[in-house]
Amino acid sequence: MTDKKKTKKPALSAWEIVSISRHPKRPILQNYLSLIVKNFVEFHGDRYYSDDKAMIGGFAEIGGQKVMLIGHNKGKKVNENLERNFGMAKPDGYRKALRLMKLAERFNVPIVTIIDTPGAFPGLEAEERGQAEAIAKNLTEMASIEVPIISVVIGEGGSGGALGIGVGDKILMLSNAIYSVISPEGCASILWRDAKYAPDAANALNLTASDLLRHGVIDEIISEPGEGAHTNYKAIAESAKKSVLKNLEILKKLSIEELIQSRFEKYSGMGKFSVNK
Amino acid sequence: MAWYSETTTAKKKSKKDLWVKCKECHSHIYKSEWEENLNVCPNCNYHGSITSHERINLLFDKNTFEELFNNISPKDSLKFNDLKGSYKDKYELAIKKTGISEAVVTGRGKINGFNAVVAVMDFRFLGGSLGSGTGEKILQAANYAYDNNLPYIVFSASGGARMQEGILSLMQMAKTCAGVARLNKKNIPYISVLINPTTGGVSASYAMVGDLNISEPGALIAFAGRRVIEQTIGEKLPDDFQTSEYLLEHGFIDSIVNRKDMKDYLSNVLSFYNR
Repeated sequence: MTDKKKTKKPALSAWEIVSISRHPKRPILQNYLSLIVKNFVEFHGDRYYSDDKAMIGGFAEIGGQKVMLIGHNKGKKVNENLERNFGMAKPDGYRKALRLMKLAERFNVPIVTIIDTPGAFPGLEAEERGQAEAIAKNLTEMASIEVPIISVVIGEGGSGGALGIGVGDKILMLSNAIYSVISPEGCASILWRDAKYAPDAANALNLTASDLLRHGVIDEIISEPGEGAHTNYKAIAESAKKSVLKNLEILKKLSIEELIQSRFEKYSGMGKFSVNK
Repeated sequence: MAWYSETTTAKKKSKKDLWVKCKECHSHIYKSEWEENLNVCPNCNYHGSITSHERINLLFDKNTFEELFNNISPKDSLKFNDLKGSYKDKYELAIKKTGISEAVVTGRGKINGFNAVVAVMDFRFLGGSLGSGTGEKILQAANYAYDNNLPYIVFSASGGARMQEGILSLMQMAKTCAGVARLNKKNIPYISVLINPTTGGVSASYAMVGDLNISEPGALIAFAGRRVIEQTIGEKLPDDFQTSEYLLEHGFIDSIVNRKDMKDYLSNVLSFYNR
């Protein structure tokens, strides 16, 4: 942070950033909960099938601001990760998230979503209960939720599983987090026919925070301290909190009509294509 | 890419040009009979692939289809190169081979007299993958339906998001769904027809959130790939897993309609639209 040259020109390769984003000591949602969140009132269940522990949510206070906090719930220890399915939510998780977003709308409380998942769970029961439908529904509903939504990518932004709670008015991202359409390993095994080309794929996919800012996908990068967020939990949590509160203030100034219209325009404008005359 | 090698192998097999071998029951069918039957196997009812324009001809009343937004084509904004070369070369070849400029054809027309806006995906074009141009056309067609108060029908056939556009392709899922959300708010019907195959990021966005989700027999409809799931759970999956029949049974599809009946089915549904 103090070395200006370093912050100006990131010396890390995309693949190195991928490994930092997956660092075993990297702070997870639970760490932020204990560091910057007060009065967390967790709610459970999707009202259809189960309570997915890979996705949690409830009312919360961040710096005195009341919000609905929803996020992927990774673990650190083996038993935590087994219970929380490594932060890979099932349809039940996405449906719980949507239920809580609707609740936030009812209470007129802004939503903060915390993204940190390798992806939506690819399993038999997930398909059976409609993983695709659950994510698709969230994307559609989030487009017109009538409260501000801020999404923060804190670690891994794994494809549709990340986007399923990621249709925010502002998308913030930690400097060593990643956000990608497919994992570098998955991409390499399809396009390079071998997962060992993952570093090449990571580079080609443009999945780092600075790539995403350049392509207009995210709104702000939250700088990590030292060698990465895992080296100073307190510092990164404070930076994240500051950034969330600042962006909430900006969004609170908009009327509901302005908010929905600007969200529509934000996502309408995503992507690059050629227009022939 | 595994999921769109199908067309090339099909081409090699049809070297005699007289016969078509059904992928499902492996019987040999006269090509003329196959085509007359709308690329559906007369033996086992396997629904083979058809091009977007063939489907448009099946769907719309004669001379009523007006193509819209056909000035949009892909762009290699990430300068994406893999072992087989650049994305730019790939889509330029796809444009040349298919004669269409993106993986979807959009427009409006009359279905047995009923006006509708459609987007018809074409699997031949980079596996029907969802790129920025694809998403743009699907959104613009949705906006056209919104502005003109017309029902919107999307035929999906896609392997998923277009990896060569990285995160921008992922964002097309949110972009297209934002278009659907506006139709919902205005109470404009949106019908999704899921054609073989509809998987990954397309099934997890606009294809699954139709007011009605319709499909053809035997279509593959999935979020995650079969092999990925088998690796995850460590066992073999049932044969009918992720077929349209499986989804019908599990409550995610309203109806499975034979290709020859699709036009009448859709116009019958549209005849109930009373707004």
